[in-house]
Amino acid sequence: MKNAPFEYHAPRSVDEALALLAEHGDEAKVLAGGQSLVPLLAMRLARPSQLVDINEVAELSGIRALDGTGVGFGTLTRERDAERSSLVAERLPVLAEALPLIGHVSIRNRGTVGGSIAHADASAELPAVAVATGAEMVVRSVRGERVVPADEFFVSHFTTSLDDDELLTEVRIPSGPAGSGWAFHEIARRHGDFALVGVAAMVRFDGDHIGEARITLMGVADRAVRATAAEAALAGQAADADTVAAAAREATKDLEPASDMHGSAGFRRHLAGVAVRRALTTAAGRAGGSS
Amino acid sequence: MTQEIEIVVNGERRRAPAEVRVTLADFLRDKLGLTGTHLGCEHGVCGACTVMVDGAAVRSCLMLAVQAQGKAVLTVEGLGDPDDLHPLQQALRERHAFQCGFCTPGFVMTSLALLQENPSPDEKEIREVLSGNICRCTGYQSIVEGVLLAAERGAGQAERATA
Repeated sequence: MKNAPFEYHAPRSVDEALALLAEHGDEAKVLAGGQSLVPLLAMRLARPSQLVDINEVAELSGIRALDGTGVGFGTLTRERDAERSSLVAERLPVLAEALPLIGHVSIRNRGTVGGSIAHADASAELPAVAVATGAEMVVRSVRGERVVPADEFFVSHFTTSLDDDELLTEVRIPSGPAGSGWAFHEIARRHGDFALVGVAAMVRFDGDHIGEARITLMGVADRAVRATAAEAALAGQAADADTVAAAAREATKDLEPASDMHGSAGFRRHLAGVAVRRALTTAAGRAGGSS
Repeated sequence: MTQEIEIVVNGERRRAPAEVRVTLADFLRDKLGLTGTHLGCEHGVCGACTVMVDGAAVRSCLMLAVQAQGKAVLTVEGLGDPDDLHPLQQALRERHAFQCGFCTPGFVMTSLALLQENPSPDEKEIREVLSGNICRCTGYQSIVEGVLLAAERGAGQAERATA
């Protein structure tokens, strides 16, 4: 369990980091908080010859209010700092609810918002929040900057649309529609373990009926996915138990989650339905009244 | 690729050359001879290697030594010694918190970080924070009781742990 040798670079600026990535291409790996990459190095599942450590790039840290609503996170923002942020509590309740579920305190002290998103684990909380909220990823390279919406950013297991020379520099998470209620619910075998399944839900009412609902599932596919058919079916409905149960069935009926020693596909599909039901019910309870 | 690495460990400036691939845990143990930090899983699951870096609990197996350059590291050696235990260690001892002792340094450092941030956690908060550390002997009850006792005695404020 010792890392294989690599060349180590600790750039002090984004430009320096981008130059290194441009020079080394697919030989290089970006090291942010290291809570996923270092285990992969230790187990030699990843063997980059060049490690570009961005921890000394001060301009990549920080939490800022975006115009209007939403919050921007420098890619190197520690998960623990986001968890303690009053701006996050105020503007992004779904993120505030998801953050404490990531690993443990000592993991979140090092783990970063951008690192988790760029790692793109299909069972991880932050990519699911990014998909649920329609977050935007700011990506830079020596060739320029582009802004990638979440549904184009995440491609598959541990795979994003980042090119080899690109660096995720900021994650912009919108607050969602005014009056919306949010909930994040996950089910894990043990506290702090990777969840078997998780759901981020949003409900906004139009009068007495649901105006808009969003359901995002994690741990059931090769990336976090929206249950768009179930979402559409919820619009115009009352948020009662029957409606929510029907949405949970619709959202999970076509899922084909993995089977492994932690649970069969059928068990995971069942849990996903339970998580959808709980998350939707909580989100509806938190949504503002008639608007 | 080797670099000269200088860190402040338990208040003392220490310096040694190390390959850049060496983790902080291995650097502390093999280069500085501070074997109080234990290595269980070496991939961030068991919590045995927990130390404090600039005041925050981290897993020293998931940090490269070169990343600790210039930082202040507190290990279990920076707390009490056998004749003069830190109040947290004393409380854990009185509650028979540990048996084999392998996971002990990780639990001690994780608990210390908790008490420094929140001097009077309740049992639920203690269990939540300690859930990141694995102990195969005790069933955890005695560890939780030890941390509760330490909190009662204000162990988070003890000055010896501020190196």
